[in-house]
Amino acid sequence: MQEDIATLRRILKNARTIAVVGLSADWNRPSNFAAKYMQHHRYKVIPVNPRYAEVLGERCFAALEEIPVPVDIVDVFRRSEDVLPIARSAIAIGAKCLWQQLGVTNHEADRLARDAGLDSVMNRCVKIEHGRLFGGLHWAGVNTKVISARRLS
Amino acid sequence: MSDHEFKSETLAIHAGQIPDPATGARALPIYQTTSFVFDSADHAASLFNLQTFGNVYSRLSNPTVCALEERVAALEGGRAAVASASGMAAEAMALMTILQSGDHVVCAGALYGGTVTMLSVNLAKYGVQTTFVDATNPDSFAAALRPATRAIFAETLGNPSLTVLDIRAVADIAHAHGIPLIVDNTVPSPFLCNPIEHGADIVVHSATKYLGGHGTTLGGVMVEAGGFPWGNGKFPEMTSPSPGYHGVIFHETFGDFGFSMRARMETLRVYGAALPAMSAWQILQGVETLPLRMERHCTNALAVAQFLRSHPRVSWVNYPGLEDHPQHALMRRQMRGASGLLAFGVKGGVAAGVRFIEAAQFMSHLANIGDTRTLIIHPASTTHRQLDEAQQISAGVLPDMIRISVGLEHIDDILWDIDQALSDQALSTEHSR
Repeated sequence: MQEDIATLRRILKNARTIAVVGLSADWNRPSNFAAKYMQHHRYKVIPVNPRYAEVLGERCFAALEEIPVPVDIVDVFRRSEDVLPIARSAIAIGAKCLWQQLGVTNHEADRLARDAGLDSVMNRCVKIEHGRLFGGLHWAGVNTKVISARRLS
Repeated sequence: MSDHEFKSETLAIHAGQIPDPATGARALPIYQTTSFVFDSADHAASLFNLQTFGNVYSRLSNPTVCALEERVAALEGGRAAVASASGMAAEAMALMTILQSGDHVVCAGALYGGTVTMLSVNLAKYGVQTTFVDATNPDSFAAALRPATRAIFAETLGNPSLTVLDIRAVADIAHAHGIPLIVDNTVPSPFLCNPIEHGADIVVHSATKYLGGHGTTLGGVMVEAGGFPWGNGKFPEMTSPSPGYHGVIFHETFGDFGFSMRARMETLRVYGAALPAMSAWQILQGVETLPLRMERHCTNALAVAQFLRSHPRVSWVNYPGLEDHPQHALMRRQMRGASGLLAFGVKGGVAAGVRFIEAAQFMSHLANIGDTRTLIIHPASTTHRQLDEAQQISAGVLPDMIRISVGLEHIDDILWDIDQALSDQALSTEHSR
C-alpha cells in the first residue's frame, strides 16, 4: 500500500483514465460523487458495472477486460472480499494503479498489484485525495498535511 | 516512504496556508467577500450537491477562515475542523450536530459557566437532559451513563477549577458506551495538550483565548479526530439520508470527516454562527506565535504560583504545575505545561479579595483569559455574585478566590504588582488611583 503525499500526487497527476468498478448511477451514492468530481477535474471516467449501459454520460462496461482503451487507475467501489479478481483483471489489462476506495481493504489484492509493478492505494477515496493534494478539500477545513512554500499549479 | 511529520512550531506557522494560488501572496490574504462565482450551472449544481469542493457563500466556508480551520486541525492532530463566531458557538455546533430531543449528556461539573447554562437551560429547552458529575473521578462519568446518553463533555483543564481531566480514562468510558468524548481544550491550547492523542473524539476551542492571544477577536473552532464509528447505530443522522441536504449520507460520503461536514452543512449553514474572514485572519496572526507564547505563559504562571505559595497574605494556591498539586502527575502525562491560569485565596475572605483586585496597577480586572496581559478576577464578587456563599462553594468558587490569567509581561513586574496589591496598605485601606 502506498500513501505518502509524493506518490499519491504522482499517481493522480499522471493518470488521465479512471475505470470505476462498481460505479452507481444514483447521484447521491459515494461512487457517483467521486466519479462526477473526477470528471469535473478532467479525468476520463470509464464506468464498470454490469447493471448499466451508461453512467455520467459515459458508456458503461460489464468488466475491465471489455474496455477498449488503456486504463491508468482501476478505482474499486466493491466489498473488500470481492477485490481480488478485480486486481487480477487490473494487472491483465495493464492498468498502472489499483485503487481500493475508502472502506475497501483487501491486503492480498494490494500485494498482488504491487508484485506486478502497479501502484497500489488502499482505504482511500480518490476524490478526497485529489481534493486534499490539489486544493479543493482545504475549503472543507480538512487537515491536508500539505506544508509548502510553493503555490499549487 | 512516509511523509515527514511536522512539529507544532512549524504547523502553527504553515499548516493550512500555502502561497495564494491567484497572486502568490506569501501572507494569508483576507477574502472579504460574502459569495463566490460559479464557473457554470453544472459547477453550481455540483457544489450545492457537495459533489465537488469549493466555496459558495462565506457562511459555509471562506478561504481565509479555512486556513484557520486547517491550522487548528493540524495542531490538534485532527482530521478536520470547522470555525465559528465564538467558542460558545463551537460548543453549540458540536452538541447540536450530535444531539436530538430525548438525548442525554454526561458533563463535567466544574465547567465554564456559559457551558453549564447552554446544557442545563438552553439545550434542556429542546429536550436534551444533562447530568453534571465530578470531573476528577472518571468513574462518576460511567455511573451517570444512560441508554439515551449520546456524548460526554468535559474541559481538559477546567476553568476556573483547574481540574485536570483524565482524558484516556473518560474516553475509554465513552467508547465502551459507543458515544464520543467532546472536550473543551481552550485553557491548555493545542500546543500544551492534544486530547485526540489521548482518545478524545471532538475538541472545541474558544479561539478568543490563547489561540488568538491578543484579546482583540472572538472566534471558535471545532476539531474532529476522525476515528469515531458513527455507524454504530446510535447516530442515525450520520448514517441515513439527510433530509436537510438532498439525501446525502454524511458518514458514508465523507468518511472520517463526515461529522465536520455535517456540522458545517447542517448546523453552521442553518444557525449561521460563522466566523468572519477578518476575525480568522486576526486569530491566525496569534496562532503563528502560539508555541512561544504558551512556553512563557507556563513559566510565568509557575513563578507566580511559587511566589504566592510563600506569600504570608495567601491562604492557598491552585495550579496543576506545582509538584504537590494532587493532579500534577496526570497533568504531566497529558500536557507539556500547566498553562497560564491559576487560582489562589487571599487571607481575609471576600473583602480582601475585592481590595486586591482594586489595588492592582497593571493587572486588568476583566472576564477573559488567555491574553498577553495579566488578567485578574474575583469570581465571588463578579461572575458568581448572584449565588449565595454555599452555592458558590459548591460551584468551586471560594469567597477568597482570585483567578489570574498570567500574561507575558516581565515576571518581575507581575510579581511586583501582585505583591503591592497584597500589601498591608492595599488590603487595609480604601484604594483610589
